[in-house]
Amino acid sequence: MEKLLEVKNMHVSFDTYGGEVKAVRGVNFDVNKGETLAIVGESGSGKSVTTKALMQLIPQPPGRIKEGEILFEGRDLAKMNEKQMQKIRGKEISMIFQDPMTSLNPTMKVGNQIMEGLIKHQKMSKAQARKRVSELLELVGIPDAENRINQYPHQFSGGMRQRVVVAIALACNPKLLIADEPTTALDVTIQAQILELMKDIQKKTDSATIFITHDLGVVANVADRVAVMYAGKIVEIGTVDDIFYNPQHPYTWGLLGSMPSLDSEDEELYAIPGSPPDLLNPPKGDAFAARNEYAMKIDFEQEPPMFKVSDTHYAATWLLHENAPKIEPPEAVKKRMEGNANGSSSSEGERI
Amino acid sequence: MTRYIIQRLVYMIITMFLIATLTFFLMKLLPGSPLASADKLSEEQQAVVLEKYGLNDPIPVQYYNYMVNLAQGDLGISFQFDNREVTTIIMDRIGPSMQLGIQAMVIGTILGMLLGLVSALYHNSPLDYTSTFLAVLGQSIPSFVFAGLLQFYIGVKLGWFPVALWEGWEYTVLPTVSLAIFPIAIAARFMRTEMLEVMGSDYIVTARAKGVNKFGVIIKHGLRNALIPLITVLGPLAIGLMTGTLVIENIFAVPGIGEQFVKAINVNDYPIIMGTTLLLAFMFIFIILVIDLLYGVIDPRIRLAEGE
Repeated sequence: MEKLLEVKNMHVSFDTYGGEVKAVRGVNFDVNKGETLAIVGESGSGKSVTTKALMQLIPQPPGRIKEGEILFEGRDLAKMNEKQMQKIRGKEISMIFQDPMTSLNPTMKVGNQIMEGLIKHQKMSKAQARKRVSELLELVGIPDAENRINQYPHQFSGGMRQRVVVAIALACNPKLLIADEPTTALDVTIQAQILELMKDIQKKTDSATIFITHDLGVVANVADRVAVMYAGKIVEIGTVDDIFYNPQHPYTWGLLGSMPSLDSEDEELYAIPGSPPDLLNPPKGDAFAARNEYAMKIDFEQEPPMFKVSDTHYAATWLLHENAPKIEPPEAVKKRMEGNANGSSSSEGERI
Repeated sequence: MTRYIIQRLVYMIITMFLIATLTFFLMKLLPGSPLASADKLSEEQQAVVLEKYGLNDPIPVQYYNYMVNLAQGDLGISFQFDNREVTTIIMDRIGPSMQLGIQAMVIGTILGMLLGLVSALYHNSPLDYTSTFLAVLGQSIPSFVFAGLLQFYIGVKLGWFPVALWEGWEYTVLPTVSLAIFPIAIAARFMRTEMLEVMGSDYIVTARAKGVNKFGVIIKHGLRNALIPLITVLGPLAIGLMTGTLVIENIFAVPGIGEQFVKAINVNDYPIIMGTTLLLAFMFIFIILVIDLLYGVIDPRIRLAEGE
């Protein structure tokens, strides 16, 4: 598989009055052509900052990419200036935002908002762009495109607005689509529609996608590979099956365990105890150690490296070290792993 | 839309009627009479004058007569300037005031918006601090201070522009500048605050993610969304400036309406007081209508709500 994007040791920090907040602390991952990588993690784990940094969309200052490389088709985006980035944004990499109620300009006609990128990047005339906008609206499932083009965002429902946001992102056939929690602000039925739409579009356009979410149900539904982020680092990365049916990191166990399921007999929903660390002063050793019931002495002293589980699967936990004691994952996770072994569930069936 | 405007015009007429009524009776409550300073006239002469202007009639009758004349567009004859129609007097005087006001507003709005934009875009930089400081200064120092300084330094010392009087375009420069400082300051402060807020919105990130350049983001996406609060404050300010400012007109010896109005009140020149009040009220209401229509032009969400 051909690599489209390679992120190497990326650090992103925000300079605040209190000091330097290390939001992303050395992230490595790559995205192949046409594949979907999901990035999961709780709020504040650095998912959004990671992807915004790819497009240099974090506010600078206070934010900055401290070090690392972002190789997009071999070119390092981290070293590009604003002018060069403007040619990448919207054309080669584009973004779908979280909240359709606020991410469209309220005083600009929807058609014009979609057209902007086309006119800028593809040097289309207004008439050509208009034609393309009609096609796009049809592609994202907005009927009556001719009239809709001249309407303002407030004349659209939430789900329809999100379709417009998707159309804006797709306008110039980007090679990489970043979807930053595209369904979080929508209600469940609309969520399903937008997810179907995105899968459908990916099939048609063959663009690669980075999908940020904290909804594991969504991950199972859309992703090829999954990266689990915690406290500004990727703690486990692998294929969907690796992560769902053979998770290695205790944090991944916690995430999977706290996912409600219909056939669970437990009365209470499991939650990971504690809260994420303060990234102004990241803890020594493994950032998850304080919340980890399996933490060992070394977890509080040294950061674990990425251990290889298989060719596709890596996890950063000392439990994978050859000297570590053998530890059984929690019941809920074990059940899931066994379920897979019996072949009774597929990733498609994991939707909540 | 047309229906809305017609509806608003009907309200305007009602409002004008109420203002006329209220001003008429309030004015009659003022102490003194138009003849207070005319003590050289004998009592008989005074009686003749009062009779001539209908001031001996009961107040309701005077009110009725005034309103009937008003409905025919007749504002009456001034007491101070014998036999001169109020309409002519006001028309002579409103010209310079409006010219000064409009010039000051245009300059004030444009410069103020630029200053505010620069502040917002270079937020927390020395440029921002300087322009914010200037804006606070402009807002807190009264315009007559600037007027005096301008007269002395630019008018007398440098001799670039005439110090006072009203004899041509160059005479408008110094009063316009003195008047413009306040709107510059107000526009700059509002523009800065609004732009900062707008530039932090999600749709600005969306625009940047599309690859739109900085200038395009500011002008196409930022500016329009920042305009509503600005118009809300600048509208009434514009009326204040256009309807004459007593102090500036006095300092620069401009034959404007502000000075005239105050004089009319002092000598109880009822027709002039009424005429001027009505004109100012009309301008006020009219500008408010224009502002409301502008809201709709700028923000489509407001347009729809009003149209229904």
